[in-house]
Amino acid sequence: MDLIGVLEALSQGKTALGEIIDGLWECIGEVEPTVRAFLSLAAPEDLKRRGVKLAGRTLRGVPIAVKDNISTVDFPTTCGSRFLKSFRPVFDATAVERLRAAGAQVQGKTNLDEFAMGSSTEHSAFGPTRNPNDPERVPGGSSGGSAAAVAAGEALAALGSDTGGSVRQPAALCGVVGLKPTYGLVPRWGLVAFASSLDQIGPITRSVRDCALILSVIAGHDPRDSTSLPVVPQDYVTELEGGIEGWKFGLPKEYAPRELGTKALALIDRWASVIEELGGEVVEISLPLTEFALPAYYLISSAEASANLARFDGVRYTVSVPAEDVRAMIAASRTLGFGREVKRRIMLGTFALSAGYYDRYYGKAQRVRTLIAHEFAEAFQEVDIVFGPTSPTPAFKLGEKADPIAMYLSDIFTLPSSLAGVPAISIPGGKVQGLPFGLQLIAPRLEEMKLLRAAYALEGDLA
Amino acid sequence: MRTVIGLEIHVQLATETKLFCSCSANYFAAPPNTLTCPVCLGMPGALPVLNRRAVELALRVALALGAEVQEISRFDRKNYFYPDLPKGYQITQRDFPLAVGGTLAFRVDGEEHTVRIREMHIEEDAGKLIHTEDGALVDMNRCGVPLIEIVTEPDIHSPREAKEFLRALRTLLRHLRVSNADMEKGELRCDANISVSRDGELGTKTEIKNLNSFRAVERALGAEDERQRELLARGAVVEQVTFGWDERAGRLILQRTKEEAHDYRYFPEPDLVPLVVTREWLERVRAKMPELPWVREERFVREYGLSPKDAGVLIEEPMRADYFEEVVRACGSAQEAAGWVLSEILRYWKGDSPPLSAEALGELIRAVQSGKISRTNAKETLEEAISSGRNPMELVSEKGLSLLADEAELRRVAEEVVAENPKAVEDFRAGKKQAIGFLVGQAMRKTGGRADAKKLSRIFLEILGSN
Ligand SMILES: [Zn+2]
Repeated sequence: MDLIGVLEALSQGKTALGEIIDGLWECIGEVEPTVRAFLSLAAPEDLKRRGVKLAGRTLRGVPIAVKDNISTVDFPTTCGSRFLKSFRPVFDATAVERLRAAGAQVQGKTNLDEFAMGSSTEHSAFGPTRNPNDPERVPGGSSGGSAAAVAAGEALAALGSDTGGSVRQPAALCGVVGLKPTYGLVPRWGLVAFASSLDQIGPITRSVRDCALILSVIAGHDPRDSTSLPVVPQDYVTELEGGIEGWKFGLPKEYAPRELGTKALALIDRWASVIEELGGEVVEISLPLTEFALPAYYLISSAEASANLARFDGVRYTVSVPAEDVRAMIAASRTLGFGREVKRRIMLGTFALSAGYYDRYYGKAQRVRTLIAHEFAEAFQEVDIVFGPTSPTPAFKLGEKADPIAMYLSDIFTLPSSLAGVPAISIPGGKVQGLPFGLQLIAPRLEEMKLLRAAYALEGDLA
Repeated sequence: MRTVIGLEIHVQLATETKLFCSCSANYFAAPPNTLTCPVCLGMPGALPVLNRRAVELALRVALALGAEVQEISRFDRKNYFYPDLPKGYQITQRDFPLAVGGTLAFRVDGEEHTVRIREMHIEEDAGKLIHTEDGALVDMNRCGVPLIEIVTEPDIHSPREAKEFLRALRTLLRHLRVSNADMEKGELRCDANISVSRDGELGTKTEIKNLNSFRAVERALGAEDERQRELLARGAVVEQVTFGWDERAGRLILQRTKEEAHDYRYFPEPDLVPLVVTREWLERVRAKMPELPWVREERFVREYGLSPKDAGVLIEEPMRADYFEEVVRACGSAQEAAGWVLSEILRYWKGDSPPLSAEALGELIRAVQSGKISRTNAKETLEEAISSGRNPMELVSEKGLSLLADEAELRRVAEEVVAENPKAVEDFRAGKKQAIGFLVGQAMRKTGGRADAKKLSRIFLEILGSN
């Protein structure tokens, strides 16, 4: 049953919140020792008790899992880092505030790659999360905890954050739905910044309609975030059923290279025929700048991250190593506090911004980013929706991608839309090697309604 | 040899709240870390929102300097580690500042100079380190207080000029009501670049940081000017270095050499959208501009008939100029008001408010003008009123200082004096006109200075003439 199913059952008195919570905790008891999706969890009794008062609200007191880089006043917000091991925010993120106002409760905080940097959730200072479909394999990342919790049945729905694919790729690898909204649609207030110009909070859910419901709650302008768009909240659930008849779907040839393998390519063919069966039209398009998205993304996101993480200097927060002077204290604290991948990105970003290199790296990456945004805008003159696989492979094994570049390639299909700031969703698209394989749909800026409607039309026929 | 100086001036804007959050910006004397929030503490997940009031104050300065306000400007991050910088970067404007160009004219010994402004931008202040025996403590109250940085072209040619330019800038800032610009409180801070060169050559510039008083600006630049001249005279080379200034020792302190120069890795601040100053907004700011000091100075000359010098002294401080105009309104005479304010009141004016209210001074001036009290007594009363904090007219009546206004009483006194001083009367009649002065003096003594000397002199002439 999905979240909306649960809410309907609750409203019809077919079940009680206590039963729902018991069900979730039964599952947690069973799979959590293996999956390890959560870094902290609420006490079920507390959720039941507080839920009573929330019965009249839209979300009826149901628990929702939250990625641990999204601020919550009642749980530590560690970002999967030693630096924030004991950090408890003094304010809720806007998205959390809005979920609570709608009657949801925070179920717990989910694991992630440290500061959301990674595609496997192996880079958490508190150990990896495992894929519920196969515990030998990663759940994807960086929102691996959220995706695994939803896929395993431990959570009804979750919030993740997506900078270059961190909601969509784990959703794809775990076999659930994950949406990255238009940049600026969901306020970033309270989301611990990785790359500020790319970060977006998005829902990870069991169904497209759940995704629409959560988005309806968390989207909309917040004056505390200057980059949040002046958009009025919208109900994305009501228009899901319009269908896709007459819509044009573009498959970029760069998103279906031969290297994907016959099984994945066969699945892409199947998606095309389902679209056509539903009255849509499929055309091949080209997004030739796709190959430049990866270097541009890593330069821009690492540059921003190098500044965003400068505040962890040993003066405040969990890790502070005493030393003879300030410089030594800062260096020692950062050496101890950050993990390898985070250090790698800080080094990369610091280099990209250095005098003499700025134009060649950061400057050029920004120009590429602008061109990629234009490329999408042009594509959307032709087609309503762009589609392709979310990630080139299904879930890989823990430790399999020790080479950082091999890991980065896991995001090649999600990076371009992140750079362009357009919305994209991953829905289960079938299986490859017996593992979930995600279908990614991409829509023009602020066309979430259209995107969700297409995803809703397709999800039934792909399952 | 020629000295070339350029200044970078930081001005704290007098806004109610900080640049990117709603914490109070009035941190002076506040207990440490009481004016903070997640935004100015740079806590994870917090985001900046630009204070539009700070932009308006900055725009006032730009308009006053005749700078070109940029329709679109942008914020950048300046990256460096320091414990008083909680985010590890400062939000400033580098590539696209709020305004470019402009000039400021000022006088040095009556000679007019003009310095061109290169650019002007908005940025946030950092916190403060407090050093104790147990180590350094951080006070974040000042974090995020709005600043403008004004960068001049190298148009200044002596330490004295640099000081006078800064004074003129302070006067402007105060008239614009954008900052109190008190250097001692750190509301106005100055970094200076200076190079000395032989004619026709390009000099190497050195930088002096954190000059925190007008005296420090002049002395530090003087010391460096001398040092560079000496080096060049010996045929030695000036190195590109950065100094601090030890005011107590009167010495430059080497802070870093060229090799140690920081790389601040500036890049566009992704948490803020570009700042758009529409024409309408700019016009609204222009419409509400306070009177500019040089406009006011001209008006004082034109409207009140003051000498340019007196007008110049009065407009040095806007409060002084305001006070003068209030006194004019209270007493009705600009000449009298200027005389009293410049030669009397300024001597006693030490703090932030005038030593005597404009109404009280106006009343006293009116009493002198109407012949109710002598000028000498009025000045003495003023001094006493200021030191005791009492109303001067109350003192006048309490001490019986009111002038004898009764013509008959004055005539009686004059006749007494004539009777007692036959020698002076004889002298007068013999043609010594100045003998009248002696008689008037005698009459003043008899009245305890309460008589009007002019009136007395007329009465004496009448008495002696009629005999
Ligand atoms: Zn604040």
